[in-house]
Amino acid sequence: MNDALPKWADIALIPLLNLTLALIVSGLVVLFIGEDPFEVLSLLVEGAVGSADGWSYTLYYATNFIFTGLGVAVAFHARLFNIGGEGQAMLGGLGVALALLYVPWPHWSLALLAAVAGAALFGAAWAAIPAWLQARRGSHIVITTIMFNFIASALMVYLLSRVLLVPGAGGSPETARFAAEANLPGIGDLYALLGWGCVERPIASVCRAPLNIAFLLALLASVGVWALLWRTRLGYEIRAFGHSEPAALYAGISPTRIIMMAMLISGGLCGLMAINAVMGEAERLVIDPVQGAGFVGIAVALMGRSHPIGICLAALLFGMLYQGGGYVEFDIPAISREMILVIQALVILFTGALDNMVRVPMEALFLTRRRPEPALPLTATRSDGDPKDRQVEP
Amino acid sequence: MSPAGNGGDAALAIELRGISKAFGPVQANRDISIQVRRGTIHGIIGENGAGKSTLMSILYGFYRADAGEILIGGRRVEIPDSQAAIRAGIGMVFQHFKLVENFTVLENVVLGAEDGRLLKPSLAKARRLLKQLADDYEMDVDPEAVIEDLGVGQQQRVEILKALYREADILILDEPTGVLTPAEADHLFRILRGLRDEGKTIILITHKLREIMEITDTVSVMRRGEMTATVRTAETSPEELAELMVGRKVLLRVDKAPATPRDVVLEVRNLRVVDEQKVERLRGIDLTIRRGEILGIAGVSGNGQSELLEVLGGYANGTGTIRMNGREIDLTGSASNARTRRARGIAHVPEDRQREGLVMDYSAWENVAFGYHSDPRFSSGLFMDHAAMRADCDDKMHRFDVRPPDPTLAAKNFSGGNQQKIVLAREIERNPDLLMIGQPTRGVDIGAIEFIHEQIVALRDQGKAILLVSVELDEIMALSDRIAVMFDGRIMGERLPDETDQRELGLLMAGMAGEAA
Repeated sequence: MNDALPKWADIALIPLLNLTLALIVSGLVVLFIGEDPFEVLSLLVEGAVGSADGWSYTLYYATNFIFTGLGVAVAFHARLFNIGGEGQAMLGGLGVALALLYVPWPHWSLALLAAVAGAALFGAAWAAIPAWLQARRGSHIVITTIMFNFIASALMVYLLSRVLLVPGAGGSPETARFAAEANLPGIGDLYALLGWGCVERPIASVCRAPLNIAFLLALLASVGVWALLWRTRLGYEIRAFGHSEPAALYAGISPTRIIMMAMLISGGLCGLMAINAVMGEAERLVIDPVQGAGFVGIAVALMGRSHPIGICLAALLFGMLYQGGGYVEFDIPAISREMILVIQALVILFTGALDNMVRVPMEALFLTRRRPEPALPLTATRSDGDPKDRQVEP
Repeated sequence: MSPAGNGGDAALAIELRGISKAFGPVQANRDISIQVRRGTIHGIIGENGAGKSTLMSILYGFYRADAGEILIGGRRVEIPDSQAAIRAGIGMVFQHFKLVENFTVLENVVLGAEDGRLLKPSLAKARRLLKQLADDYEMDVDPEAVIEDLGVGQQQRVEILKALYREADILILDEPTGVLTPAEADHLFRILRGLRDEGKTIILITHKLREIMEITDTVSVMRRGEMTATVRTAETSPEELAELMVGRKVLLRVDKAPATPRDVVLEVRNLRVVDEQKVERLRGIDLTIRRGEILGIAGVSGNGQSELLEVLGGYANGTGTIRMNGREIDLTGSASNARTRRARGIAHVPEDRQREGLVMDYSAWENVAFGYHSDPRFSSGLFMDHAAMRADCDDKMHRFDVRPPDPTLAAKNFSGGNQQKIVLAREIERNPDLLMIGQPTRGVDIGAIEFIHEQIVALRDQGKAILLVSVELDEIMALSDRIAVMFDGRIMGERLPDETDQRELGLLMAGMAGEAA
């Protein structure tokens, strides 16, 4: 009975309950190490959304998670579990670097177009190989995409330490900085444009926050994914294939084509994450530009129920956890980086893996609240005025 | 409801009093009372969704009733799980057998009812019992045979033996003849009569009126979760039972004029299919279907009918020749798929509408375009035209009397009959030259069966060629203008419906050679 819950409960109530449970358990863990959970929570919220710079960082992280979340969600709709967002985003970063390092773009807008093409193309290409293996050889996509994360990571180390390494940089394996013309407008530029002053704070200033125009690109991508899935013929076929492969075959939908298309789009979206992290923030290619966002994307897609609106909200939540977590770490030394990871992991655990723990009792609750209707309200029999029939019509 | 402590009648094997069960908003069983006398065969009949299976699941401990009580042999019992049901002497033979495929018959019989930690004494005991049962009731099954090597009829006997080994006095069989040939069904009925004469009580759940009339002593009719009547079989008729099931008069026969076959639409020559395990599923099929006729394919399920539909439908590979309106169809190339078949004028109502014919999570309006979604009517460029799809769905729902006529409802929320009407409407309305229709009325309520049969005959009368595949021999006999019988991937023979009977077709279905087609 998948229709047991009203839609608002499915998309809002259940995630909120999951989140509450995760926070309660996190609170217990914080209590266990001798800190005040309420203080930690209030610091976390303050750090994430309590100031302009907090917001900027939160939205910057959220941008990464929107891209990877969308990517994972498109594959989910074709019932493909793309765990390779991490590697695809790394390759996206390579695409961005190649597009920006060797061409002197006169303006950031042209550079952005080239970088988008490079990021999407490289991300998609990295997803294409596991997709092809799945479609043609039946190699399980979970296994192959996860292996491709390792290959991507090794490839990046090789390229950055041997091939793309800037001469004489010494030490950190990274490329040269991109040309200043290729720098994306960020939140600081917006502040300058509007003539607002920046408040300098101990760890951050809104003018140095990495939030950039890629955030708008992420929102645009969300609309695009929605239109793709629910308005285009390809989306119709992807979702049909995801619901039932035998039905897709019956309808003449080619599984190979759907697996390839869904994974190419998925990999492309994951690759686009590099626009934000590589082009917008680092402004050069560093050794690990993704920093786990590919995996967080899985949690974001799960929590957002693979719908762009849900994904944006879930990405915002995880952005808050990332940014707020760093803030708490700074203020309460006992809450280490690892503690923040534990809290994030608990959120992923409760929203993703333990979803049914809340869902099943909630469904039962909603079912009992509804007044029982007669058996088979949807029967095919034509009522001919038999009093019994009339009596059971709702 | 009777006062507590009121003992029941010991001559009753089972008595149910006021059983009710709701699943959320659906009242699956409502205040059901029934008395089954010891040593009788009691039929329970009703449409899909009438609540038969729920009632039996309550009796077998899968569900707990919301209200009501169960009496076995006059004593009130609680049945919280199937172990309790077995202790109470109830044995169940499910529609889908619950056997371990790579165990022997003996191991399956003993499984879960071993006497101790060592298997040997239990196996010896079971072997003795099996031998005795084989002698008493024609239940000949080799105790050492491995289940996967046995035919379905024999597997079913193993299920019955399992129940008897657990000393069941009451045997419940859920749609037992669905997978059997007529001869196997007759054999089963002989076994059941023998068991009854020994004093066992048998409850037979079925939707086949003919079986009820043939074998039961008493029959109870369920409709919409309620028990509408219990009558002695000898004192009723199929027409009366059908009316009790549906709540109105039902035409059990199909009215149709003689066919006037015209030019050949589909010609199949030496069609062969090899499956992934390298087993040959079709071994050289030859068929011809003409405009204005219905060719019925009879056969026990699993004898190649599904593969035939899949190859013709474009989503399985085969070798041989298929000509549509005289032009050969490419059977293997990359252009051989369900879409190109549709373009060639083949429409297909698949055997398993819930798995293939519909996307169960899609709304009705999304399903009405399914398979035709690239049609210019429904999509322009990259985008789908939702308004056109909805309008088309609305129109079809009204003309095919789909209930409820709500295009936004997901396919899974319609009853079997209404799902079938959605598929049928979609496939018929494309004006195909050939309509392939597999199991048109499987899981469909009697009321909708009549409508679907009328539609098929009307389509024939418009000059379409129709390939009908059904495991229901009655349906094949009633609708077909010619009958081909399939067994083990071959056509065993072709007959005209008025020149053959169930017995002859049954022999062909069991692979007893008639003449080769």
